[in-house]
Amino acid sequence: MSIDWQLAMVTAVRDETPTVRSFTLGLPGWAGHRPGQHIDLRLTAADGYSVERSYSIASEPERAGEVDITVERIPGGEVSPFLHEVVVPGDRLEVRGPIGGYFVWEAGLGGPLLLIAGGSGVVPLMAMARHRARAGSRIPARLLFSSRGPDEIIYRDELDRLAAAGDGFAVAHTLTRQQPPGWTGYARRVDEQMLAEVIEPLGAGVRAYACGPTALVETVANALVRLGLPPDRIRTERFGPTGT
Amino acid sequence: MGERFVTRGFVGRREDATSGPMGGDERRRRTPPGQYLTTDFPVLSAGPTPRTPLDRWSLSIEGLVSKPVSWSWAEFLALPARDWVVDISCVTKWTHLDMRWRGVSVDTLLEGLDLDPKAAFAIAWSDGGYTTNLPLADILNSQAFVAYEYDGKPLAPEHGGPARLVVPARYFWKSAKWVRGLRIQATDEPGFWESLGYNNRGDQWREERYTDD
Amino acid sequence: MEDRIAMMHDDPAVDLTVDGSAVGGMLAAAFGVEMTAAPGQCAHCHTVSVVGAMRVYMRGPGVVLRCPACAEVVLRIVQTPRGTMIDARGAAYLVIERG
Repeated sequence: MSIDWQLAMVTAVRDETPTVRSFTLGLPGWAGHRPGQHIDLRLTAADGYSVERSYSIASEPERAGEVDITVERIPGGEVSPFLHEVVVPGDRLEVRGPIGGYFVWEAGLGGPLLLIAGGSGVVPLMAMARHRARAGSRIPARLLFSSRGPDEIIYRDELDRLAAAGDGFAVAHTLTRQQPPGWTGYARRVDEQMLAEVIEPLGAGVRAYACGPTALVETVANALVRLGLPPDRIRTERFGPTGT
Repeated sequence: MGERFVTRGFVGRREDATSGPMGGDERRRRTPPGQYLTTDFPVLSAGPTPRTPLDRWSLSIEGLVSKPVSWSWAEFLALPARDWVVDISCVTKWTHLDMRWRGVSVDTLLEGLDLDPKAAFAIAWSDGGYTTNLPLADILNSQAFVAYEYDGKPLAPEHGGPARLVVPARYFWKSAKWVRGLRIQATDEPGFWESLGYNNRGDQWREERYTDD
Repeated sequence: MEDRIAMMHDDPAVDLTVDGSAVGGMLAAAFGVEMTAAPGQCAHCHTVSVVGAMRVYMRGPGVVLRCPACAEVVLRIVQTPRGTMIDARGAAYLVIERG
């Protein structure tokens, strides 16, 4: 593995929601990654001041030579506003990775697969879902995705398409703050009853991956243990404050 | 990567030391080397936030004193306190000017305690197991206090409440959050961060960040 | 000990903690191999957990990894100009897996 810092070329930028943007990073020497892994990104000012942040890889490993990261703009933040407001295609960014071997799922690991995301915590889970689809896997998989409002659902159209493919992938949304008229999904914070309902069709032997703000992941991990999942089948990635 | 790469357009969220309510000269003069100014109060933490109920809380002075002393929360609040407006510098490179606290001077805590002539160091220890070491010379004569209010409000748990040590002339890791006692010793004993690469003294004006600085 | 676990799992400042993956880059740079899937045993309660499942406090002078079962310190990591200093006295063992 290569853990040295390397230069990535920003080749595309696109908006996912009003506050979330994806960046495609061209990495000619990229050794490939596993779904769920992240990269470290380092920004350096002319006087040497530098900051590092970790960003989950959103894209599936089947795409060679590039990765997508998806970044929520944190008001008052130091890195995400820079990425949103300053970075354009053609810019170069220093990255290292791929990093992580614990919060990883590949089709070869099997399932059934339960993914639970809060806000931009969906990013590494999206890499898993995209990989699952690209690899032609039919392992039963369900994503429970908590967002604040309808306009803040990251990857909404693509998730709809993945769920409509008929290959065993389903998505359940919950909107915690604002629901559109006629909303039929959940309308509250993720809780044990919601998890019980989402997990039920998956049967036994579920592997669960939860990613999001620490408070949400804490709730999910505790509830899944109470629902009978062995702790070693629950993988978590708490990303600290923000959001939901 | 040999040459240092510079990210196009990145300056960071650091405040310009030359702007703001007071003159740029004064702001610069009060910013230790290698630090940048902030008006935030970043939360730094090495472990879970303790939650000792106030009726089980105490602050004690022990070690090389003629008679160890321990104050309950009510007794601690009854000690003479004052307001302190001080500049704080964290080794993570932020400096916050004019932070307003209320608390009890370490001088007041040690008053009438009859220190052993060999007493030379204080080890501050906290709920949760944190420790930090300070020469007595660094915390006497109004150089340190135990704060229980910040900015006019009770000190929040994430900032070390109910009470924390504050030693403005040293990097902020010396200002032990959730402090529960000072152990007075003849010999020094590196604390939680001092024992792993951080400077034993931590004077921000000498930029004593790491062991060999 | 129960107290401390409760504190860790129900911390009003819970947002301050992340999972071991967050320091995966720093650890990979220090050890030369991926570390988040590496198992280690807590010297305090003897629970074995992978680094990625440990609880990380990284907003401070250094980084502290705590046991997910008992909340005691397993690893402390400080990056100094000399290099990366690692205090592993809270780990009975840590597996550096073949790269």
